[in-house]
Amino acid sequence: MLIAVLLLFALALAAPLIDRAAGRWTGAVLALGPLAAFLIIARWLPDVAAGETITQVHAWADALDIRLSFYLDGLSLMFALLISGIGTLIVFYAGTYLEGDPRRGRFYAWLLIFMASMLGLVLADNIISMFIFWELTSVSSYFLIGYDHHRESARKSALQAMLVTGGGGLALLAGLIMLGVAAGSMEVSQIINEGEVLREHAWYLPIVILVFAGCFTKSAQFPFHFWLPNAMEAPTPVSAYLHSSTMVKAGVYLLARLNPALGATDVWLYTLVIFGGVTMLVGAYLAIRQVYLKKILAYSTVSALGVLVFLTGLSNVDSPEAAQYAGKAFAVFLLAHALYKATLFLVAGTITHETGEKDVTKLGGLRRKMPLTALAAALAGASMAGLPPFFGFLGKELLLDTTVKNPDWMLPLTIAAGVAGFLFVIVALLIAVKPFWGALKETAQHPHEAPFAMWFGPALLGSLSLLFGLFLNPLARPIIEPTASAVMGVPQEVKLALWHGINLPLMISVAAVVLGILAFLGLPIISRILKPFDALNRIGPERGYYALFNGTLKLASFQTRLLQSGYLRVYLFITITMSVGLIGWQILQLDVLPIVDQFREIEVVPFVIENLYTLIVAALILIGTFGAVHSRSRLSAIASLGVVGYGVALIYIIHGAPDLAITQFLIETLTVILFVLVFYHLPQFPRISSVPARVRDLVVSVAAGVMMTVLVLIATNLETEKISDYFAENSYELGQGRNIVNVILVDFRSMDTLGEIVVLVIAAVGVLALLKLKPPREQERKNNPHEADGREEAS
Amino acid sequence: MNWLIISPILLPLVLACIMLLLWRHPVWQRWTALGGMVALVGCGAGLFGVVYVHGVQSEQLAGYGAPFGITFVADLFSSIMVLASAILGTAVTVYSMTNIENRRESFGYYPLLHLLLLGVCGAFLTGDVFNLFVFFEIMLMASFVLLTLGGERGQMEGAIKYVTLNLISSAIFLAAVGILYGMTGTLNMADLSNQVVWIAENRPEELPLLTILAMMFLIAFGVKAAMFPLFFWLPASYHTPPPAVSAIFAALLTKVGVYSMARFFTLIFTHDVGTTHMIILVLAGFGMICGVLGAAAQNEFRRILAFHSVSQIGYMLMGIGLIVMLAHRDDEIAHHAVQMGLAGTIIFVVHHLFVKPNLFLVSGVVERIGGTGELKKLGGFYKTEPLLAIMFLISALSLAGIPPLSGFWAKYILVLAGLQLEQYFIVFIALLTGLLTLYSMVKIWAAAFWTDVPDDSPVHNAAHMAHAKHGIRRMIYPIAVIAVIIVLFGVFAGPIFDVAMEAAAQMLDPSAYIEAVQFEEFSPTLGRGEEADS
Repeated sequence: MLIAVLLLFALALAAPLIDRAAGRWTGAVLALGPLAAFLIIARWLPDVAAGETITQVHAWADALDIRLSFYLDGLSLMFALLISGIGTLIVFYAGTYLEGDPRRGRFYAWLLIFMASMLGLVLADNIISMFIFWELTSVSSYFLIGYDHHRESARKSALQAMLVTGGGGLALLAGLIMLGVAAGSMEVSQIINEGEVLREHAWYLPIVILVFAGCFTKSAQFPFHFWLPNAMEAPTPVSAYLHSSTMVKAGVYLLARLNPALGATDVWLYTLVIFGGVTMLVGAYLAIRQVYLKKILAYSTVSALGVLVFLTGLSNVDSPEAAQYAGKAFAVFLLAHALYKATLFLVAGTITHETGEKDVTKLGGLRRKMPLTALAAALAGASMAGLPPFFGFLGKELLLDTTVKNPDWMLPLTIAAGVAGFLFVIVALLIAVKPFWGALKETAQHPHEAPFAMWFGPALLGSLSLLFGLFLNPLARPIIEPTASAVMGVPQEVKLALWHGINLPLMISVAAVVLGILAFLGLPIISRILKPFDALNRIGPERGYYALFNGTLKLASFQTRLLQSGYLRVYLFITITMSVGLIGWQILQLDVLPIVDQFREIEVVPFVIENLYTLIVAALILIGTFGAVHSRSRLSAIASLGVVGYGVALIYIIHGAPDLAITQFLIETLTVILFVLVFYHLPQFPRISSVPARVRDLVVSVAAGVMMTVLVLIATNLETEKISDYFAENSYELGQGRNIVNVILVDFRSMDTLGEIVVLVIAAVGVLALLKLKPPREQERKNNPHEADGREEAS
Repeated sequence: MNWLIISPILLPLVLACIMLLLWRHPVWQRWTALGGMVALVGCGAGLFGVVYVHGVQSEQLAGYGAPFGITFVADLFSSIMVLASAILGTAVTVYSMTNIENRRESFGYYPLLHLLLLGVCGAFLTGDVFNLFVFFEIMLMASFVLLTLGGERGQMEGAIKYVTLNLISSAIFLAAVGILYGMTGTLNMADLSNQVVWIAENRPEELPLLTILAMMFLIAFGVKAAMFPLFFWLPASYHTPPPAVSAIFAALLTKVGVYSMARFFTLIFTHDVGTTHMIILVLAGFGMICGVLGAAAQNEFRRILAFHSVSQIGYMLMGIGLIVMLAHRDDEIAHHAVQMGLAGTIIFVVHHLFVKPNLFLVSGVVERIGGTGELKKLGGFYKTEPLLAIMFLISALSLAGIPPLSGFWAKYILVLAGLQLEQYFIVFIALLTGLLTLYSMVKIWAAAFWTDVPDDSPVHNAAHMAHAKHGIRRMIYPIAVIAVIIVLFGVFAGPIFDVAMEAAAQMLDPSAYIEAVQFEEFSPTLGRGEEADS
């Protein structure tokens, strides 16, 4: 199975080259890839039909429990065949659809990456590998939706799809990790046997909620359904593929996959039935309110996804009979929908390709111009409307059977399913009949029958809708039965028959078709009546998306203006406050009484006499400090700082370190001279900060000073053995020098000295560069359009 | 003498001296610099190989035993960092040959680049706290000069903020070193690790003071690492120098801060993880969200990238912060998850060391061709430069944590560890940040690559294009090589994770680190360490 996936990835990388080489045959050549994948997977059909499952494991990151392992049972086989099978036809179709478009090579690359990821997703046994493929489908669909990226609406829709499914994806990642940890295995084949452990686990609820978040966003369940119709910005082959038969079904796939492991609880059952049911109705209603072909199909897809989620939920009801029906209905509806929806999307693409028209109300009478396309549309439309003997009929019958057999809530569920069926009939007529029948309407382009590649796929898929319906047991059962078994978690025996006798479901079906035809005929009137309700769309969930989106951006710029204001003094303030806060908080935890006690023991007069020089110097330093802060001219401020520096040097002298003192005197003198030279060129500095700001600064600086003082006092009170004794003892013997400091600097710790020398060298280079290397004038003006606003960074 | 462990310091130092002597010959400097970087990769690879096979290596400079002489220690984490830095340094050197104009080249750009590497490698390898300070100073000075080199107004303003805030960090660092010495009587990191154990057993009343010191180092390294809320210098300065300099900064500067924090908060400050590491974890969470929101508010290619770093630093600190759970749980799962979290930090650091600079390198090409970094004035690069677009995508999607690229693994491992340690809130923030990261990357993509070329773009000017395209291959090749590394990182995630776990194990149990250091027999402090052990 790995080969099938890798083959498609490799083909994706080669696609732009093949596109250049193969020209008009590109579609046909590239279609061989998915076809090969289809055949590779189809090889296992007999085994799976016989009830077997196949597992393959390839090592990747075993220490993280991530393997490239694959698991093939009915469910994954069904999806894999749909993905590769429909994929083959789509690739073939797109070659002609995009004929002459220079971007076709890239388009194929993304489409094939998507296809490979989707195939990997449904085949993966390891849930993290599955997630990796899941994310790749989101990413590649971003590039496919944004195919017409020069249009802003395409970019916006692509972003929306990416953010909605990506957000869900991140929730899903957390959910899957927790699922794996809770179940004690990252392999689906193991997890589905751990249902009891999982339902008892403390993480059960968070797991379920996170998985729902991932699946509902991906599968466009209400209230996340809005991104799917917007994604119709993509080229039609993409819509046909991603947005009907594959990507959006990934969420449904995962729900069905985990159904045996996480199902059979009230949360699971009710959430799926309610969200699925609402999506089913909302989607179908919105579908008949559209006029653009692809939008109609998009909303009807939303509705169909709702049906599938609805059925997944119902497969967990108490009544075994109803549950079995739900499993069977899921499998049949899944297949039927994939076949007719892909056909209808492709037909819609062909119509627009040939006529240049998207609006269904402006189309009519095309059957004479495009007979084969019309035939394909008719076949698929009949299946969608649920007419016997088409496969879609069976799907709808089983859906109604499920709801009718349901012990609780039979009535509301059945009504919901019936209404959905009724709306589906209208949609089917809108797409499959409206453009083709009646009088021919004038369109921008003169329509002809589509080229072979563009009618072949729809015709084949449309015929399959009929063939599956006609030969239920030989054709459909081998795949339906294992699929239903996988969804239910226990082997099922499935018998398929179109004719169930005259019963309630059949009567509802007939009523739906009749009413549907009537409603279709009266659609202009109905539309006028429903028009006022369209205002409701404006308060729909999409509004929530934009509110969240814009709100986040506003919050972002607000907090950024607040923090990264562009003013160095604000940065300094926050940095120092933070330091004082963190360090001071810890000091407050400390018992500082011993230090205070130490001061109490001091007798003032002898202390003063003993430390007279030190105290005088300390007073000088303090005066210097205040002078520096208070001075109104730079010159006196710098002179005051010089006093501080000289004071420190005097302290060195008092403590017997004349060499240090001399160094300090030199540095201070030089610094003051340099500063004076520099400041001479600067203007006077005015006081610009307000009184509260100055008070605030004062508090912070006093706090910082106090903190450092306390720290030093604490540190000097500690008695401990130090390595300095070693240096004192060994400096002559090992370092051949009597000056211990010198020996430490040039011998014991010579690396430090070397490092500081390097610092000086760098500083020298830096000074040279600052003095000599000036920017070219013109460039400087270009880089700084706003002169002297002092806030370069915040602009 | 273990030359291998000294070589990442010696090599850049000697070559920088040679290049300074070749002051008037920038072209010779170029090739010397490139040769030096390649040789540095060789040294890094050799060192990593030796450490991987034989365990932690150490060397006493000037032959004085620890704790008196200066110790150099290479464990897996430090040797990985040296190797990764050298690879990135090589890529940036090649890139600089086109990106750095002659006027900058002739004022010591290449020697400065090497001296920056000297500071960085020294910081990774030193086993002495004061020596670490010295290497920090080398790094700070070299980066400051690189930042100002060229003398443009924006550079100056960024550089002043950069250097001022970093000097505060240095001051606090120095004060902390002094107090630490006063308290323990030693500056050797392995010895300090012993001392902390000794103090915990013999003088427990001094432990709160140790926590204060931990806070001081947290602030000092936090400024270097651009941790929330000490990150201001980063978004203020990274976008101002030439893109090559932005790239090397993004690769190395914050990493040294994170590295030092990881080192200190596993080797030394482990006495009260319930307090110290909780603070790290909380600040990590704030950093993630604050950084990514800051990026979302920017509208210029490099400003977005710069602000984003603040968010990714949060991820790196998360793995260190998760150690907090050792204060509450002592079961095997918790220990394994903590180890995994630290491995996540290591993987994230290395991943980010490649991905973020690569995005800066891409921005350099875009700015060179498009004439600006403002997103509004850019466009059309997907059409005109498809290969560049793909390389941007690989890096950007990796940054956003899209599988199977490097960033996904880094994020996955951290999230997995966080969930196992039941730290749900930080996991939530990490995942949310991932989504917003994706948004910022897509914003750049949509604006610079997807939209049509604006009418007033210099792209339409043939003379401009001829100039821009001249030598552009030397900018593209390094980007392509790093993009390949990013992809391979994902493909070989399994073995990489194994190495990171090994490195994390070495850090969480420092005995191998301590044993590798050659102590002087009559060390006054060593005796106390042994007492503690017995």
